[in-house]
Amino acid sequence: MAGIGPYIVRRLSATLVALLGVSLIVFLMVRVLPGDPARVIAGLLASEEEVARIRTQLGLDKPLYVQYIHFLGSLLRGDLGRSARTFEPVTREIMHRLPATALLAVTSSILAAVFGIGAGTLAATHANTFVDYFISTTVLFGISMPVYWLGIMLIVLFAIKLQWLPAAGAEEPTSIVLPAITLASFSVALVVRMTRSSMLEVLRRDYILTARAKGLPERRVIHRHAIRNALIPVITVVGLQFGNLLGGAVLTESVFGWPGMGLLLVESIFSRDYPMVQGIVLVFAFLVAAVNLLVDIAYALVDPRIHYA
Amino acid sequence: MPKAKRYEFLRRLGHQRAAVIGATIIASLALMGIFAPLITPYNPVKQDLVKVLVPPSSAHPLGTDHLGRDILSRIFYGARLSLFIGFLAVGLGLAIGVPLGIVSGYYGGWVDIAIQRLVDIMLSFPSFLLALSLVALLGVGLSNVILAVGVSTIPSFIRLARGTVLVVREQTYIEAAKAVGTGDTRILFRHILPNVTAPVIVQATLGLGMAILMASGLGFLGLGVQPPTPEWGSMLGEGRNYIFSAPHVATFPGIAIFLAVLGFNLLGDGLRDALDPYLRLA
Repeated sequence: MAGIGPYIVRRLSATLVALLGVSLIVFLMVRVLPGDPARVIAGLLASEEEVARIRTQLGLDKPLYVQYIHFLGSLLRGDLGRSARTFEPVTREIMHRLPATALLAVTSSILAAVFGIGAGTLAATHANTFVDYFISTTVLFGISMPVYWLGIMLIVLFAIKLQWLPAAGAEEPTSIVLPAITLASFSVALVVRMTRSSMLEVLRRDYILTARAKGLPERRVIHRHAIRNALIPVITVVGLQFGNLLGGAVLTESVFGWPGMGLLLVESIFSRDYPMVQGIVLVFAFLVAAVNLLVDIAYALVDPRIHYA
Repeated sequence: MPKAKRYEFLRRLGHQRAAVIGATIIASLALMGIFAPLITPYNPVKQDLVKVLVPPSSAHPLGTDHLGRDILSRIFYGARLSLFIGFLAVGLGLAIGVPLGIVSGYYGGWVDIAIQRLVDIMLSFPSFLLALSLVALLGVGLSNVILAVGVSTIPSFIRLARGTVLVVREQTYIEAAKAVGTGDTRILFRHILPNVTAPVIVQATLGLGMAILMASGLGFLGLGVQPPTPEWGSMLGEGRNYIFSAPHVATFPGIAIFLAVLGFNLLGDGLRDALDPYLRLA
């Protein structure tokens, strides 16, 4: 496994550079707004003294590069400033909402992986039959469907017409069912596509031919030899989908009133709570970068055939 | 593309059932949008407070919304807007992303490193969040939505163009062109660009679907094109307040978005298959 160490270091440093860039953009976000950032943060109703106090407090009277260094310093201490709306620390509010988003994202990823791999395998083992066409068509529909519309349709069907599940909120244990299915819909479709093509590729290999030739039952060939090898790229896709999943979470949380970071982001945009918007965007970017890094490293560890270019 | 090759390509495309269905859907939506003023039965922004939330009927085939506006007419006009946003946004992403990708791949070195770091940073923001953040900064409205969605498509075009150029750059005919003293500009335009075209067309077609999805997502949140302009996403967003009493208000704009995205996805997949021999870059 020579070479994996430097690879991890290289990948880690690329991630750090990207995150530094992200922090610079997020830092500049509020500064490029027309008008006085101190006024923006203080809100339109604040007095001149209040604005001046915020300007000094935030160091906005100092040169830009000094401000950025301060900003980075605060970031490293986990200090994202205070909300312009509630005056609570941004970090505390985000930490309060993070578990709900994490629960939703993880549940959806598991759903996407289980159903996606199952359906993808079925499509590959029945390639060019009715089963395959049916699954492929459903997948195409899944990719083309707006998640927020699917969410509303699920509410109409399961909450209003059938009254099986709650329409919104997170009070009941079953509240997560509809949001999780909604959010998983897009990822499921991608996982099916990836599993299908990866399985078809693996099923063509010589060791599958060998396994069949030595008389192994087909079920065993698929489960023992094919799926395990076909899954490596699929797991990468599930991981790399995480970013899109968070994007979808913003919409899904809005539809279902799910009390996560996505809903908080939309509320903060409407109330022009820029410190909160800044903080949430940073946390989202950090999560995406961290998951991508872990996926890449896991991929390198799992599959010794890849070379660390 | 030479004439014979073009004919061959069109023949292959015609054989792709999916592409034909996709192209038909898009063409229908485009016609709906273009001829909306002639074929819609009602003014899309005219309110009729006597007929609010009327379910589908012969007078209003798709019903009316909470202000008594005819949903069918609004969907027709919405087609115009959604396609307009999609084409301009993807055009923007393409116009900036493809040249950057080509330069990055062809020249390599510090130019490549700089552009790739920029892509890494942009990709750290999930594309919908990037668009959302830009709208949060720039403010809502048509031009800002186009800009936000367009910018969020740039990294995918950079990656794609760069990847293709990296393969083409190593081909013998590029080496030959260099050996006979052909200048960089001529190589880029004459030999590299034509090879990048096919994958970019596929990506742009699929990107159109994504752009429409993203723009209507912003509209749904109330951060896109503002009412009373008939935009599918904002129509859906308004409709969700009435899902208990009048689910048709949210249903039909959603179907319109779905069909448009489906159309571009079918067409994009079909194009990919039809262009396949040219995608191999041999």
